[in-house]
Amino acid sequence: MLEITDLHVSIEGKEVLHDINLVIRDGETHVMLGPNGSGKTTLLRTIMGFGGYTVTSGSIVFNGEDVTQMPLHERAQRGMGMLYQRPPTIAGLKLGKLLDVTAKRRADQIATLAGELNMDRFLDRDVNAGFSGGEIKRSEILQLLVQDPSFVMLDEPESGVDLENISLIGNATARLLEKDQHLIHRTKSGLIITHTGYILDYIDADIGHVLIDGVFKCHGNPREILKSIKTHGYQECIECQRM
Amino acid sequence: MPADVDELKDLSEEDRNRLELAGLDMAMEERSGSFFQVDQEIRHVHSGAEGIEVLPIADALRKYEWLNDYCWHAVDRDKDRFTQYVAKQEVQRGFAIIAHKGAKAIYPLQACLYLAGARVQHVHNIVIAEEGAELHLISGCVSSAGTTGGAHIGVTEFYVGKNARVTSTMIHNWSESISVYPRSASIIEEGGVFLSNYVCMQPVRHIDMNPLATLKGRDAVARFSSVVVALPGSELDLGSRAVLQAPGCSAEIVSRMITRGGSIVSRGEIRGEVGNTKGHIECKGLILEDGLIHAIPEIAGLVVDTELSHEAAVGRIARDEIEYLMSRGLNEETATATIIRGFLDVKIRGLPETLQRQIDAAIDAAESGF
Repeated sequence: MLEITDLHVSIEGKEVLHDINLVIRDGETHVMLGPNGSGKTTLLRTIMGFGGYTVTSGSIVFNGEDVTQMPLHERAQRGMGMLYQRPPTIAGLKLGKLLDVTAKRRADQIATLAGELNMDRFLDRDVNAGFSGGEIKRSEILQLLVQDPSFVMLDEPESGVDLENISLIGNATARLLEKDQHLIHRTKSGLIITHTGYILDYIDADIGHVLIDGVFKCHGNPREILKSIKTHGYQECIECQRM
Repeated sequence: MPADVDELKDLSEEDRNRLELAGLDMAMEERSGSFFQVDQEIRHVHSGAEGIEVLPIADALRKYEWLNDYCWHAVDRDKDRFTQYVAKQEVQRGFAIIAHKGAKAIYPLQACLYLAGARVQHVHNIVIAEEGAELHLISGCVSSAGTTGGAHIGVTEFYVGKNARVTSTMIHNWSESISVYPRSASIIEEGGVFLSNYVCMQPVRHIDMNPLATLKGRDAVARFSSVVVALPGSELDLGSRAVLQAPGCSAEIVSRMITRGGSIVSRGEIRGEVGNTKGHIECKGLILEDGLIHAIPEIAGLVVDTELSHEAAVGRIARDEIEYLMSRGLNEETATATIIRGFLDVKIRGLPETLQRQIDAAIDAAESGF
């Protein structure tokens, strides 16, 4: 699905990601952990193709195609999707209208999905305007379910979400990643940034990665990594020489 | 314009399209009355709504002597050289619409002011909604496709009676060589509601207007909404004013402006003269190409218990908004157009659905130009 090789990324001339290597196969879900400012969101945005992130060397190959220099929207059209941690507010643009123009699904399916995510009342609201933390995440997931990407990147899907919403969002995320499908039929893949690990209660992630100062410090069982970080903090990862 | 054009249906297809863009319903299926003036000639007057009269203003002034009290009452005939020009005309052109007490029109009335070749078209309109009456007016102001120059001067006086409701939707579809000077004012009595909507998405040389609403009775409401685009060579000086003179009154002025190289001065003024009144001005501008958007929202409170506020913002479309939509699979052009269409999407509370559709259609028609 996704293969990143020797990737170096700069922002305004300063290198922030160093020698990133990552392989995510069809049906796999990976989790990325790391302290604030370590480059996790930068990596997601670079994979997605946002402006301002310059790949100085290395490559991003998606479904066998080198997308390193491909425009953002073409990557989205080829099946990449992203859940934003803090999406922009778009005054005047109704959520329903946005879903209509980005949908790969039929109108009645959009309405059903909106109902399932308790977002039907929001279709006539401006995108993200005045939405609470949970509403933003539900809106993001609804947009992704409508867009139907094969590879989805989630930037802290549980942040700012109250307990009431966490299971709704967790289950919807699982659906986005086809966790209800048997492993051999599952084709959708994901890369999730999480700080708390709550999302792991709903999604069986396959592999975890720890990113510190723009470098992968560890790969392994996501629950074990999370447990270690919760017990010892990131200092142990920084000192760890396993990589 | 051929001399034998007496009805909208007699126009050329090109001009009919221009009128439809200005919100006029050629088939009259969703209209309860109409008025059609070509240059200085009134070609067609009709009202099908019970209790609502549509008359050429000269006939109306002869028919109802009391109407003279409404003539040059809301608008001062000496306000400026344009009102003076209209006032000095021997025969007044334009329409009078009178919705008698309690009369309600289900469908809007439409007025078409068509500039075919005259150097100046002048009109003087009076719209009266008596107590409890309700009327919706859509005015399409259009110049013929072949027009090479000219000016339109339009005086309109609105009188909204006790608990009456008037909506006035004006869609302009002029051309690069036309200058336009609407001079309108409204007086709103107790419990009356006046909604004024203005759309100009097409080229024009110059528009200068600053309508005034005087809210005289308790709980009167005035709302002005405008959606305008200034193309290169267009100079738009637009404003709206509201004076709150009785407790419970409220006024709102909302404008959405886009420049693609033209200039827009957007004025707004609300004056709170008595307590328990509210007013808000919202001006938002997008600069797509270098031009001018000059927002001048003004609020003046004279007493302790008047609440007035304004917000104004002028700028470009934020890059993160465009990229957000691109990450959902839209190319940059479509993402930008989608955001602009949203920016212009002013939903007007209390406006009949058919008129909102008309406004949406006028905006959609210009969308491809973004």
